[in-house]
Amino acid sequence: MADKDWPLYEIFIRPRNGLAHRHVGSLHAPDGEMAIEMARDLYTRRGEGNSIWAVPAVAIAVSSPDDKASLFEPAEDKEYRYPTHYTIPSDVKNM
Amino acid sequence: MYTQGLDGKIGPVREAETAEEKEREARFQARIDAEERIEPNDWMPEGYRRTLIRQISQHAHSEIVGMLPEGNWVTRAPTLRRKAILLAKIQDEAGHGLYLYSACETLGVERAELVEQLLAGKAKYSSIFNYPTLTWADVGMIGWLVDGAAIMNQVPLQRCSYGPYARAMVRICKEESFHQRQGYEIVMTLAQGTPEQRRMAQESLDRWWWPALMMFGPPDSDSVHTAQSMKWKIKRVTNDELRQKFVDVTVPQAERLGLRIPDPQLRWNPERGHYDFGPVPWDEFWRVIAGEGPCNRERLEQRRRAHEEGRWVREAALAHAEKRRLRDRAA
Repeated sequence: MADKDWPLYEIFIRPRNGLAHRHVGSLHAPDGEMAIEMARDLYTRRGEGNSIWAVPAVAIAVSSPDDKASLFEPAEDKEYRYPTHYTIPSDVKNM
Repeated sequence: MYTQGLDGKIGPVREAETAEEKEREARFQARIDAEERIEPNDWMPEGYRRTLIRQISQHAHSEIVGMLPEGNWVTRAPTLRRKAILLAKIQDEAGHGLYLYSACETLGVERAELVEQLLAGKAKYSSIFNYPTLTWADVGMIGWLVDGAAIMNQVPLQRCSYGPYARAMVRICKEESFHQRQGYEIVMTLAQGTPEQRRMAQESLDRWWWPALMMFGPPDSDSVHTAQSMKWKIKRVTNDELRQKFVDVTVPQAERLGLRIPDPQLRWNPERGHYDFGPVPWDEFWRVIAGEGPCNRERLEQRRRAHEEGRWVREAALAHAEKRRLRDRAA
């Protein structure tokens, strides 16, 4: 029987101020505090960031690939959401 | 590195039977052919999943076991600078192992289970780490040849069809470049040193050359999985192609150092535009794979001991986290 592993955390790093935190990977840790210590060693050995979020993987709600159609297809036939959908005479400026 | 495609058994895989199943597999293959990436929750054929689990876990184990031959020299590194570099490199290898276990877990297998398989001697890792590091030159040789071979193998894996594996490879390749360069620098320092240091470098190259060529796995003619793995774009380049490429780039690097590659049949073939090289001693390769290499037993014993000796730390950390959680809730 394999040993019980520590819980899984998903790790997000902000490369520098002004940018959003970005998912970089995951790791096992006993708690959030240790997850941050370990993420420092695992994902920022070369100055990759200045801020870390560690999120318990079980806390993340995930969309299913099976729902891809119902979730995302409605956006596909709505060209009127894009500026290029509208014809404006070329002598109208600044638009 | 380290994906030699060794263990032929991925267990029985049920073939697609019904029209619906065949249709689903065809759709999957069409996505692969269109260079789409497959992500963790997407449907995938069982054979694809198992092939990836086998390959990624072998790769992860190799990174972890690969720390041992280098760890052997940490306390005896010739200077403080070399020691700091070696520690940083070994820390990278641990990181690579962890990125890869994470990628493997996205396929629905737990890391603890994979580690268990390694410690039980049921999982494979790269044959190269069953050779001893007898001299300091070996640390340089590992960086130059072993990490060089690993890069050759891993660069095409950055385009592997499975997203999490490809992403782990991108990170790993970035870090691996320092490993190879520091290794070449060590060998160069020895090659330009005293006659004794030169001899040490040459002796080390003599021992590592053939095992390094074996890292790319058996010849294509004996490689059971190559065709299917290429079709699934888990693998992009065959073992023999990678091996040839490695020889072609490494020979001039050895010449630059004034070291001799231990292969009497090695010569440039202008018609092919490649180096011809002698037969790889495959008997030795299969012996090492079967557990009869110089260090197989020692490596596993070391891993088992480290795992057992770390057990109380893992348990204590978990108990501490649990205690704090309860205390926070009570407050």
